[in-house]
Amino acid sequence: MHVPDGFLDAPTSVATGVVAAAGVGLALRKARAELDDRTAPMAGLVATFVFATQMLNFPVGLGTSGHLLGGALAAVLVGPWTGILSVSVVLLVQALLLADGGITALGTNITLMSLVGLVVGWLVFRGLQRVLPKRVGLVPVLAAAGAFVSVPAAALAFTGLYAVGGTAPIPLDTLAAAMLGWHTLIGVGEAVITGLVVGSVVAVRPDLVYGARPALAVRTLEIRSDAGASA
Amino acid sequence: MGAGHGHKLHYHGHSVVHRAPAHLKVASLLVFMLVVVATSRTWFPVFGVYLALLVAVIAASKVPPLYIVKRMVVEVPFVVFALLMPFVATGPRVDVLGLSLAEDGLLAAWGLLAKGTLGVVASLTLAATTEPRDLLAGLERLRVPHQLVQILGFMIRYLDVVTEEMRRMRVARESRGFSARSVRHWPVVARSAGALFIRSYERGERVHLAMLSRGYTGSLTPGATTPGATNATPTTAAPSSTTPGNHA
Repeated sequence: MHVPDGFLDAPTSVATGVVAAAGVGLALRKARAELDDRTAPMAGLVATFVFATQMLNFPVGLGTSGHLLGGALAAVLVGPWTGILSVSVVLLVQALLLADGGITALGTNITLMSLVGLVVGWLVFRGLQRVLPKRVGLVPVLAAAGAFVSVPAAALAFTGLYAVGGTAPIPLDTLAAAMLGWHTLIGVGEAVITGLVVGSVVAVRPDLVYGARPALAVRTLEIRSDAGASA
Repeated sequence: MGAGHGHKLHYHGHSVVHRAPAHLKVASLLVFMLVVVATSRTWFPVFGVYLALLVAVIAASKVPPLYIVKRMVVEVPFVVFALLMPFVATGPRVDVLGLSLAEDGLLAAWGLLAKGTLGVVASLTLAATTEPRDLLAGLERLRVPHQLVQILGFMIRYLDVVTEEMRRMRVARESRGFSARSVRHWPVVARSAGALFIRSYERGERVHLAMLSRGYTGSLTPGATTPGATNATPTTAAPSSTTPGNHA
């Protein structure tokens, strides 16, 4: 999944590096406004969580399995800014300590997976939340929708970057079709898993889910009593 | 994670490469790879020079070459992609062993493999010779925003705690007869991920409170990148919260 060194040419790598730095810089400022001095421990632990869930295997069948990418999941659970920070830090650790994704492609990877994937996922989630009734039960469904769109969106952004700075002569329409087709499939898996994970958190601790806040705010206190039940 | 552990890719040693300042290593890795990526893929001998340079550094680091080679498996999916290249690329074609391959595709595949492999080997060398806490100090010296280095520090510090928590949850699942075999088992695995999120988030809150009670005011003090100072604040919070295994 991660773009390695040499996949895109040097100017494109540097340009996406600048975009990534700007995006992460903005996320740092915004997350700090939101979390205050909790930023470092919270974003750090959420990053660890994202990293760990990427190691959870979901069996697809025929002995193969896939794992979660977690961009949209992080955005719904902790909000887009902390989510961007966490996913970017995960990518940084993977590049520096695990050689997963090239160091010159770090900017590209952050731009694609953290900025494009996460922001698109979040916008879809928030957009749908605006127009649909604010119900806590809907949050996992909307999160799934966001996750579904986020994966092909990142793939499409990759195809765009490839058109600008690709180093191999693959016909662009073939690449776009292959990337979109394949990633739509991955997006379905990502959507189901994201929905299930968000659903399980919403069921236990809806107060922790950032994306559930608007729905929680309009929820009214419901008093249930024995008398009411027997009546 | 304790001071003596290091990460899984770290190979303990005391060579020149191990002792070199981390910011120097990170900066040279970045510059080296930028040069490699910018090199035209048709300058074949130059890649030999790059490889020789890397081999010399690995030899100086006294990390066994096999150690690096084994860890190059991260590159596999990408090698498959590169090998497909000659078949899908356009342009004039040549016959190699009865297969019709695109000339440009062959060249592109070579370029991707050469640059990608150099990148993986160079990054692995950095990882094998640098302790995470040195890496953090190095990034700090390279003017990576303080806040980002702090987040990175928390992630590296709690990586083993959280992955171990996940492992305990897996053991708990499997000791109850569960094994994930098909899509039908996704809800169970997903609930584990949900539980892991709640535990990680709550651990973050406890760490923050533990830091506050030790006088944290929003940023670790200047010079906090020395191992003693960074470790002092948050690791002390961990013991209070490492007993969740039995209700997984």
